Amino acid sequence: MNSAVHIKDVTVVLGGEFTALKDISVDIPQGRVVGFIGPSGAGKTTLMRAIVGRQHITKGAITIFDTPAGSPQLRPQLSYMTQEVSVYSDLTVRENLAYFATVFGIPKKQLQTQVAAILQTVHLTDHANSMVQKLSGGQRQRVSLAIALIGSPKLMVLDEPTVGLDPVLREELWALFQELAQQGTTLLISSHVMDEAERCDDLLLIRDGMLLAHGSPTELCRQTDTKTVEQAFLQLVGGN
Amino acid sequence: MSVRKMLATTNRVLGQLHHDKRTLGLVLLVPVLLLTLLKYVFDGEPQMFNAVAPVILGIFPLLMMFLVTSIATLRERTSGTLDRLMTMPMSKTDLIFGYALAFSLLGFVQACITSFVTLGLLNVVVMGGTILVLVTATAAAFLGTTLGLFVSAFARNEFQAVQLVMPIIMPQVLLCGLFVARDHMARPLELLSDVFPLTYSVDAMKQVALNTSWTSTLTHDLLIVFGCGVVALFLGSVTIRRQES
Repeated sequence: MNSAVHIKDVTVVLGGEFTALKDISVDIPQGRVVGFIGPSGAGKTTLMRAIVGRQHITKGAITIFDTPAGSPQLRPQLSYMTQEVSVYSDLTVRENLAYFATVFGIPKKQLQTQVAAILQTVHLTDHANSMVQKLSGGQRQRVSLAIALIGSPKLMVLDEPTVGLDPVLREELWALFQELAQQGTTLLISSHVMDEAERCDDLLLIRDGMLLAHGSPTELCRQTDTKTVEQAFLQLVGGN
Repeated sequence: MSVRKMLATTNRVLGQLHHDKRTLGLVLLVPVLLLTLLKYVFDGEPQMFNAVAPVILGIFPLLMMFLVTSIATLRERTSGTLDRLMTMPMSKTDLIFGYALAFSLLGFVQACITSFVTLGLLNVVVMGGTILVLVTATAAAFLGTTLGLFVSAFARNEFQAVQLVMPIIMPQVLLCGLFVARDHMARPLELLSDVFPLTYSVDAMKQVALNTSWTSTLTHDLLIVFGCGVVALFLGSVTIRRQES
């Protein structure tokens, strides 16, 4: 299988003093849902920022689809949903989507249909003309996710996309993520909810800027002789 | 650089203002109210008001657009939307020019209202006429916008951004010739005022007030105002990093 993201000996020192990532090497194949799991402050967000090219890498290299991370030609192929709800709260849902779709380069003719389809996917059709600041936290989160779906990018990097969502919606979104992966999209999803980790094809366990383990949930359980990912995680963290 | 993406940005920024009626009201109406207040401050001295009003017309667009733009771009930097835009296929120029165009347009509308009231209702006589007042006020608004865009990089939050008006804009107001004619100030202060861009937007407005036709000094002043704006725009684009360290 072709590699989507190739990370080799990556170290990131933030602001010249704090080592956020230390010698991370991992290869992520295409068409998979990969969970970035670890306690908060572990370096998940920094790794994601490095992958999308927003964070300078101190040492090592990241290539995405065989192109160095941060290259302009990669921008139309990836999307990044930040941890904070990065949308314009003083615009309507539709205005947000239309703006980001234009920036993404969606042709004018396709814009309305694509926006409508995405709104349907994230269940916001009824709120299309609502101001984002009037929406609930979970709805705002979905606006932010909707923007990451624009243009059907080959690589989606989602920083805690399901925080604050109710169980029914979470269920639906995870089904969507699986469906996208089956169509060939690679999804990198950070979470610290362990029952979500069970649903990923692969997991990266990160702590203190280091990669503790990498493998499918079943592999990690087998390695640690545990029954759940949560137990496996605690075992790996505890045994270090 | 994509014109479509730039105009989409202008449209988006204006859309945000459109939804924020209170800010729009404050930006468009407060200058008029203050100038009306000033007219009554100079009650019985119409020639004094006639001399001061054009100076104010050169200061207000710059000051207000500086404030609005610095907060708007600061929000872009801190809300995560800039993170998002910088990972998308968009050039920094699309973003920055989009901003500059949006707020220059707002400045133009503000100038239209302000000059209509000042020249029409408050009876201020400007020899150069309305069109030249609008041109000069819009140039000042452009400069305010670009300075705000640049300076917002040095603020971490809204408190700091608002406070930056004091060290950045106020010294320029104090030395621009509003209180004491520049050639009557101590030499070092006069030299300092020579390098402040606001001096030239105020001087341009004075030129418009005192001359019936376009003067070479007006050209010179406007070129400096515009040039400083372009430099600030360039510096602003440098402060927006594609990749953070």
